Amino acid sequence: MSAVGSLAIGTPTDRVEGREKVTGAARYAFEQLPGDHAYAWLVQSEIASGEILSLDASPALAQEGVVAVAWAGNAPRVAEVDDRELSVLQSRTISYRGQIVAVVVAESLETAREAAAHVRIDYEVRDHEVVLDEHDPAIYDPGTVNAGYPSESVQGDVARALARADAAVDVTYRTPAFHNNAMEPHATVALWDGDDLTLYDSNQGASTVRDTLAQVFELEPEQVRVISPHVGGGFGSKGTPRPHVVVAALAARMTGRPVKLAITRQQMFAFTGYRTPTIQRLRLGASGDGQLTAIVHEALQQSSRLREFTEQTAVATRMMYAAPNRRTAHRLARLDVPTPSWMRAPGEAPGMYALESALDELAVELAIDPVELRIRNEPPLDPERGIPFSSRGLVACLRLGAERFGWAERDPTPGVRREGDWLVGTGVAASTYPAYRSPATATARAEGDGSFVVRIAASDIGTGGRTTLTLIAADALDQPAARVTVEIGDSALPRAGLAGGSMGTASWGTAVTLACRALVERIEALGGHVPADGLEAHADSSDEVRATDQGYSRHAYGAQFAEVRVDAVTGEARVSRLLGIFAAGRIINPTTARSQFLGGMTMGLSMALLEESVMDREFGDYLNHDLAGYHVASHADVGELEADWIEELDDHLNPMGSKGIGEIGIVGTAAAIGNAVFHATGRRVRELPLRLDRLLAT
Amino acid sequence: MPTNDITLTVNGERHDLSLDTRTSLLDALRERLDLTGAKKGCDHGQCGACTVLLDGRRVNSCLVLAVAHDGAEITTIEGLAEPDGELHPLQTAFVEHDAFQCGYCTPGQICSAVGMLAEAAAGWPSVVTEDLVADATDPAALSDGEIRERMSGNLCRCGAYAHIVPAIADVAGRR
Repeated sequence: MSAVGSLAIGTPTDRVEGREKVTGAARYAFEQLPGDHAYAWLVQSEIASGEILSLDASPALAQEGVVAVAWAGNAPRVAEVDDRELSVLQSRTISYRGQIVAVVVAESLETAREAAAHVRIDYEVRDHEVVLDEHDPAIYDPGTVNAGYPSESVQGDVARALARADAAVDVTYRTPAFHNNAMEPHATVALWDGDDLTLYDSNQGASTVRDTLAQVFELEPEQVRVISPHVGGGFGSKGTPRPHVVVAALAARMTGRPVKLAITRQQMFAFTGYRTPTIQRLRLGASGDGQLTAIVHEALQQSSRLREFTEQTAVATRMMYAAPNRRTAHRLARLDVPTPSWMRAPGEAPGMYALESALDELAVELAIDPVELRIRNEPPLDPERGIPFSSRGLVACLRLGAERFGWAERDPTPGVRREGDWLVGTGVAASTYPAYRSPATATARAEGDGSFVVRIAASDIGTGGRTTLTLIAADALDQPAARVTVEIGDSALPRAGLAGGSMGTASWGTAVTLACRALVERIEALGGHVPADGLEAHADSSDEVRATDQGYSRHAYGAQFAEVRVDAVTGEARVSRLLGIFAAGRIINPTTARSQFLGGMTMGLSMALLEESVMDREFGDYLNHDLAGYHVASHADVGELEADWIEELDDHLNPMGSKGIGEIGIVGTAAAIGNAVFHATGRRVRELPLRLDRLLAT
Repeated sequence: MPTNDITLTVNGERHDLSLDTRTSLLDALRERLDLTGAKKGCDHGQCGACTVLLDGRRVNSCLVLAVAHDGAEITTIEGLAEPDGELHPLQTAFVEHDAFQCGYCTPGQICSAVGMLAEAAAGWPSVVTEDLVADATDPAALSDGEIRERMSGNLCRCGAYAHIVPAIADVAGRR
């Protein structure tokens, strides 16, 4: 399929729902008042491992206005699904601290919240292990990691290559647990009408939530409707339904009332997912002229007792750079902790932090410029798969970024630039993210009045998806964008996959294009005439997606350049300048694309300097579980930021020629900043975040 | 449960309310008056998504007990545009600069910016104001650093800061 003609695509376009969002008219999940609704408040486990011996709900039920208390002892049974986190209120066994153990339903939010504090639970407490430790004897090879990749890959003889290398590094990088912390806490309003369930829910894919909840409640998918027109961010944590969605539906069923359930910011640190902490050992070997001869990347991570979830941390290392000898491996420890989940660029974000930092160390060792070192190791083919890249713009990004950033004037000597108390340095790192696509369905409808409506259960979690689909549809219909309305965010619309894996636009756009082209054909068959009652066409992209040529390695690339200032007295690190140049196929809407890149880079800056979830070894929960304790970048943390891209034509992707851009912005940022901190100070800190105590430590 | 009868004037409209004394101003707006523009991001005054103008000053409405403000005048995001639908200049600037993504922090950012520009016009310094004696009453003179500092109570996880600051600077400069 060739690319669509470009009229709307490529035109900077304001968000179609912009006015609703700036006037407060856009309604998010919790913002429904069905009238006879009740409010739910969750009760969480106060131990990390053990059993509930007894639960006394009577002090809660004695509060005026309390409707019900549900727990494993009285909640209706639901079906078990793959994600055992969803078997909520079904068992007395506690798998982690903060697990949902009961729900209080009351006439008001205030009453529900207070009554929840009156539920008394006696536990049998077991010892727990909650801290990731490389000496844990139970560490194992999970065989497969997320996205279906094998946990290990080996080519050549790395031991021999490392022994013979002119220069080598053997370094261990550590990243802490990170929490997604979308601004809108997860929320669900559940209403039953007989055996039909309606959920107003905050998620990254209404079809997925519908299908999962149908399984849990043993209903046909058509009996469940999930409505999610506006979603206040997700970053992966709303990709699959979290346990509270099941609780809301259970509570509504038990009470016969619509139930509103919003989880708290604190609760988001327990059961809505997080990025696993990682311990990553990188060994790189190179010849004196900077040709990589060996790459070894081993990643240790954690998951819960409930579910094996293995972040694909070392997978990007399999295709980044040419080296004849390579080994990547993942290991997992199962702990008494919440199940980790998806967080923006799962795998690439922590993995590329370690790889790109280690590469900087090698560049220092070799006394080769780090931009040049990357260019020298550009592979002609995907090194692991031996197939061509559909397009690979890394070198172009590095060159353009270096020019814009003023890299040529850089003196590589670390720790020699000082402005008052500030030590100044610059660093670079590469970014990458795979270009996936999944099947979707869509309908396109021509109205008698000359307008068009496109329907697809896509999701706009802030990506600009609603706007980009409007542009894609306009071009496929050969109509001005102003005539096209796109309806998304409702499982009653044609089925579609998630806003996740940076594949929303590619997946939905394919289905939308097919539907629009089919509609155009129907209109042409009628001699260009649209009947007064309209004309409609439906499309399913399954065949096209299945026919994707597997002979190409498809990824987006980028190069990030950072300038940092580190206070020589306090150790405070600030990012004064950040430039990202990306190669991501055709950019559909430059306006929202720039926001996506900048947003990813901002989260990367935050990851580098501020964010860490601190596990309490004694009690088994994340100590800093709110936005006062878990710091995300604020206005004052973000200095001069610029994102741009190169023109990239790639006919091997999808009808739009686009690659996903939602995640690549966070990939490489932390490495660029860490490398700049080394350049500023001469200190190589191999653990995130780059806290002042670590920068002051000798 | 104890209740109190109070009157709130919200966006120029008077509301007589009988409220549970535990009710925050944010929950009164959202759950009683169906004014859901102010958002609940943390309920602890740590994110700014609930920012409204209370008697002309910006506050985190999740930290305000409604019954403590009988008779107060409140402006929420729903009350910023003109009655004919013409957007407040900050609302227009946010759209034009794509100064938001998911939109959940946006009402708080905009209400906060309205309050912040009024503070600057009244000569209030911030922690990064270098010369406390100099005339600080001109919002147009606010540097990017001043805007960033003064807006730091409003978190944006999508990372739209790089567009929010110029949107606010535009409006500050136009006055």
